[in-house]
Amino acid sequence: MKDPKHLQASSASKVLSIAGLRKRYGDKVAVDGISFDVAPNEIVGLLGPNGAGKTTTINMVLGLLEPNAGSIRIEDIDITRNRSQALERTNFAAVYAPLPGNLTVAQNLRIFGLLYGVKGISERIQEVLEQFSLEAFRDVKCGLLSSGEQTRLGLAKAMLNHPHLLLLDEPTASLDPAIAREIRTKIREFIGKGTNGVLWTSHNMYEVEEVCDRVLFLAHGKILLEGNPKTLPPEYGKDTLEELFIAVAREPLTLAAG
Amino acid sequence: MHLNRIAAIVLRQFYLIRSSLSRVLPLFVWVSVDIVLWGFITRYLNAVTSAGFNFVPVLLGAVLLWDFSIRVMQGVTMAFFEDVWSRNFLNIFATPLSISEYLSGLVLSSIATSSVGLVIMLILATMIFGLSFFTYGLLFVPFLLILFLFGVALGILGSAVVLRLGPAAEWFVWPIPALISPFAGVFYPLATLPQWMQYLSLLLPPAYVFEELRKIVSGNEISASALLWGGSLAMLYILLACGYFVRIYKHAVRTGLIARYSVESIS
Repeated sequence: MKDPKHLQASSASKVLSIAGLRKRYGDKVAVDGISFDVAPNEIVGLLGPNGAGKTTTINMVLGLLEPNAGSIRIEDIDITRNRSQALERTNFAAVYAPLPGNLTVAQNLRIFGLLYGVKGISERIQEVLEQFSLEAFRDVKCGLLSSGEQTRLGLAKAMLNHPHLLLLDEPTASLDPAIAREIRTKIREFIGKGTNGVLWTSHNMYEVEEVCDRVLFLAHGKILLEGNPKTLPPEYGKDTLEELFIAVAREPLTLAAG
Repeated sequence: MHLNRIAAIVLRQFYLIRSSLSRVLPLFVWVSVDIVLWGFITRYLNAVTSAGFNFVPVLLGAVLLWDFSIRVMQGVTMAFFEDVWSRNFLNIFATPLSISEYLSGLVLSSIATSSVGLVIMLILATMIFGLSFFTYGLLFVPFLLILFLFGVALGILGSAVVLRLGPAAEWFVWPIPALISPFAGVFYPLATLPQWMQYLSLLLPPAYVFEELRKIVSGNEISASALLWGGSLAMLYILLACGYFVRIYKHAVRTGLIARYSVESIS
């Protein structure tokens, strides 16, 4: 686990750098001028109650949603100006974005490998199949996979292009505890290998505490708290991260003032 | 433009067609039925009308060309609908794929699928009903090209409409060729139409093709400028359709429709 303050101060080149990001739907402000970074070798947890703005933020980083204001830079590449270049080094997995069910596992991986410009695509497909224990399903149509297998496939797709920035929206939501732990280990290994960064959303506070180097608590589109998931709860008079999460969800104004 | 990304869209379509009989059959079944039906109609018309006029190159040839244009349009929209039906926008538009690469992939997929239909139609029309393409000569190439370009424009336009209005809007797309055909003069000379319909026909590239086709068969001199005008109009419509698709895509990215695209969620 790294000291978040140290990370913030020392990382001149960020994997992800967000400044003044804002998204409004009509009168409703979904994301309200948030700024944060993800440093190399860092896993940042984006936490908050439903509707806090987590998925909206991820969609903006992926170029699927245009912000009303602010900037998003992936390894110093502005996503609004150089979308393709920025997304070449990015990937994501989310439970609500399964791969097409009418193609096999290998077919889907080949297609996404081509889209991401993966070199040595056949070898890379074999690697991720092995990494996520999917070899037996290579020629199975994705629609026939269980939800856990689909989640692993989503992660295999997300790792296909060796992304420098990995966005994970509740990546272990449909996995049993044993596989979820395995996945967390793999993602920590992924972080340990190079200069990659991960932005991770989850409602499982145990998982967040285990995996994330730093957490950001989002409520009503604003970052209310930021810090080390192990030390943050006592700083706010809470015993666990889950208690802190509930407090953020119920009394965001009190916490923000504190 | 990255060829590997364009190839991904084509490959996806290849995988889907290869593994599904319900995708293979429409490539040639309906066009075959059309050619057989119109082949017998032309035979009957040849038998009951005065000798000397051959309906085969006029009617059957026109049906073949018009069906080709429809297949091109459907080739583009079907490839696009695969992403709609599998709710794949989130995955596909979060990749480095650009809109021009995506549309190129859809068009290339359509070239492959519509070519299958064209070859089947040519075989049936020539072997069973004696349609000779020597009648049209080299002009068969610009005829095909103009109708191909127009089919592409309609396909991109139809895809943009569905992107904007949601999956249920695909029912707006299927009848487009049927709505256009009366104005395009596929089966009769444009002079048959009332004046107001003729004015609208001037805006349709297929109308120039079918008028010139009838001129060739009647032994009249064809107008190169008319074909050029038809081709230019088709090119213009492709540009306008691409511009419209990009505009709809940007609107969807601005409003969040891309991220939330699913059945009925748009409407």
